Amino acid sequence: MTLFLLRRLGGALLVLLTLSVLVYGLFYLAPGDPARLACGERCSPQQIAQVRRTLGLNESVVTQYLHFLQGIVAGRDYSTGTSVRHCAAPCLGLSYQSDQEVTRLILERLPATASLALGALVIWLVIGVGVGLLSALRRGGFTERALTVLTLAATGMPVFILGLLLLMAVCAYLRWLPFPSYVPFTENPEQWAWNLLLPWLTLGLFESAKYARLTRGATLETLAEDHVRTFRAYGVGERAIVTRHALRGAVPPVIALSALDVGTMFGGAVLTESLFGIPGLGKTLIDGVKVIDLPVVVGVVLVIGTAVVLANLLADVLYAVADRRVVLS
Amino acid sequence: MSTVAHEPAAAGGNALPPAAPGGAAPADGGGTARAVLRRLRRRPAALISAGVLALLVLLALAAPLITALTGQDPHTYHDDLVDSARGGVPVGPLGGVSAEHWLGVEPGTGRDLLARLLHGARISLLVAAGATVVQISIGVAVGLAAGLGSPLLDSLLSRVGDILVALPMLVVGIALTAVVPADFPRPLLLILLIGALGWGGTARIVRAQTLTLKRLDFVAAARLSGHGPWRVARRELLPSLGAPVITYAAVLLPANIVVEASLSFLGVGVKPPTPSWGQMLSSAQTWFRADPMYVLLPAGLLFVTVLSFTVLGEAVRTALDPREASRLAVGTRRERSGRPAGRLNGRLSGRLNGRPAGRPSGRSGAAQGPRPALGPSEPLKSPGPLRPQKKTLS
Repeated sequence: MTLFLLRRLGGALLVLLTLSVLVYGLFYLAPGDPARLACGERCSPQQIAQVRRTLGLNESVVTQYLHFLQGIVAGRDYSTGTSVRHCAAPCLGLSYQSDQEVTRLILERLPATASLALGALVIWLVIGVGVGLLSALRRGGFTERALTVLTLAATGMPVFILGLLLLMAVCAYLRWLPFPSYVPFTENPEQWAWNLLLPWLTLGLFESAKYARLTRGATLETLAEDHVRTFRAYGVGERAIVTRHALRGAVPPVIALSALDVGTMFGGAVLTESLFGIPGLGKTLIDGVKVIDLPVVVGVVLVIGTAVVLANLLADVLYAVADRRVVLS
Repeated sequence: MSTVAHEPAAAGGNALPPAAPGGAAPADGGGTARAVLRRLRRRPAALISAGVLALLVLLALAAPLITALTGQDPHTYHDDLVDSARGGVPVGPLGGVSAEHWLGVEPGTGRDLLARLLHGARISLLVAAGATVVQISIGVAVGLAAGLGSPLLDSLLSRVGDILVALPMLVVGIALTAVVPADFPRPLLLILLIGALGWGGTARIVRAQTLTLKRLDFVAAARLSGHGPWRVARRELLPSLGAPVITYAAVLLPANIVVEASLSFLGVGVKPPTPSWGQMLSSAQTWFRADPMYVLLPAGLLFVTVLSFTVLGEAVRTALDPREASRLAVGTRRERSGRPAGRLNGRLSGRLNGRPAGRPSGRSGAAQGPRPALGPSEPLKSPGPLRPQKKTLS
């Protein structure tokens, strides 16, 4: 297990390094002068030259990249000519737009994204697994067929269709809720929950379809196995067989996939955040792209990459924990 | 790469059937194109979806003709058709429906909605189809190279593919739009972007298939008669890759439509004034009450399109691999009670009693198939990277 973890962590590190090279290369070597972008439209050549010096753009590409890495590992200093500005350890650079540290920008946005992801997780675990289990219990019947059609219709749909319809129905016509606007948990927990209710529902229901199919498939898979036949022969009731034994087959994949999905969402559920105006990582990315704020874009992509890689690792470990037949090696 | 797949096949909904290699296809499964078509024809849902999609493609192709017929185009503003006093709400019922504007006009600008929807369909289908072609081409090439090349090449290509599959395509796609010059044609950019980011799954499947096929006699014969890997790939392997690649393309197409719509929804896809469904939906948010048609029409169109593709893809999958469907019918009430089963079960009942123990052998590669049923004492190998095959966009 320890060996497995060490090896996979090493592999993850390698993947992230590759990713950082690719991202850095793509973004900083692309057409367009970073110094001009950083400085803005109305900059004199002298100012641009100054920015170029500050950002170290005169050095070779490899040196620049190494500086970038050094910033992430140990922090780095930017000299603005007269003073020196220190950017502490996981330093992803300075935003072109606001001149703030990208790391801080990202950390500020993390709570909103986390709130969204965790709430949605609860919903898809309850509804998704519930629906999957129900359709496995009622297999062959009308309920199952209806649920199958429903989940099939929902899988692959863009999440914003559901979100738009919910917004339209709940906020514009029924007026049960005001149009959501994000309130931090630390400010007002009650308002936080009310305002996140629709985003949670949207994202949670959207993901539920996938989990319903996963649960149903895994449960049916287990039902076809020999030990279930033995239980039947012993006279164990159908309900007990499905909920107590067959469902067990669905637990490992559901847990593992949930870990993956939460990991991906920690990197930003871009569409949901953008639709409901939640100031999370996804929104940061979109805003960064629209004004071509390269350090922010690179920072967010790297953070998302890290989240995905770690989630993959976590998913494997959780899978092995949940299904003891799996041996990590 | 891990060789154990974790998701039960039905779960992702898109686990892939084994290609029936060459003549080795069982009489009832896989099989000829004619058999597949016959099975497809027996499924009404598939037929309806195919009909809807055919109609949509026809409408998209004929968009200039139709708009010429109504005397409209997607770009002309009609200030007289919107009520500027009320913030630009279309004049008239149902969002300004009239003899000239069959589906009404766009709020704010008064542009013809039918024309914009139809031209949006063109963009949507063009980008999705183009991206799918790019994805499949790269995927098949990389998969073949990985399957036939040296172990080093194989592990290198597989790793790259794995990383691509793991990364959320939408995020990377959004980020990459930041560095592309603004005057680059957007639809082409989207095709290349989605194509370049989405070939991982195809490559994985093709690689797995190649590894399987490589060991079969007819390929060995071709190699022994001195043909190089290029010719073997082209003449012997490519024909057998048809079934899995078609199935996967059927999954990719709707996914690509959704990616395009999502990027445009976020404002980093197709740029105005080019019409696009995602963009319309994004601007529709301010018109919920004033002009609900402007929300419902593009949303409905996108919904129907994606749904039809999904249903059709699902049907193609089962038609190519009927065993897959039968496997999950095992142990259902109908079968156990011995009642005359529904159509599906009835056809399969011959195999249900002696459950097909031997799934087609030689299925290697993580991309495929169900977890083999294991006795408790039998340890599985390390799960390796576990990934859902279809990426969702959230």
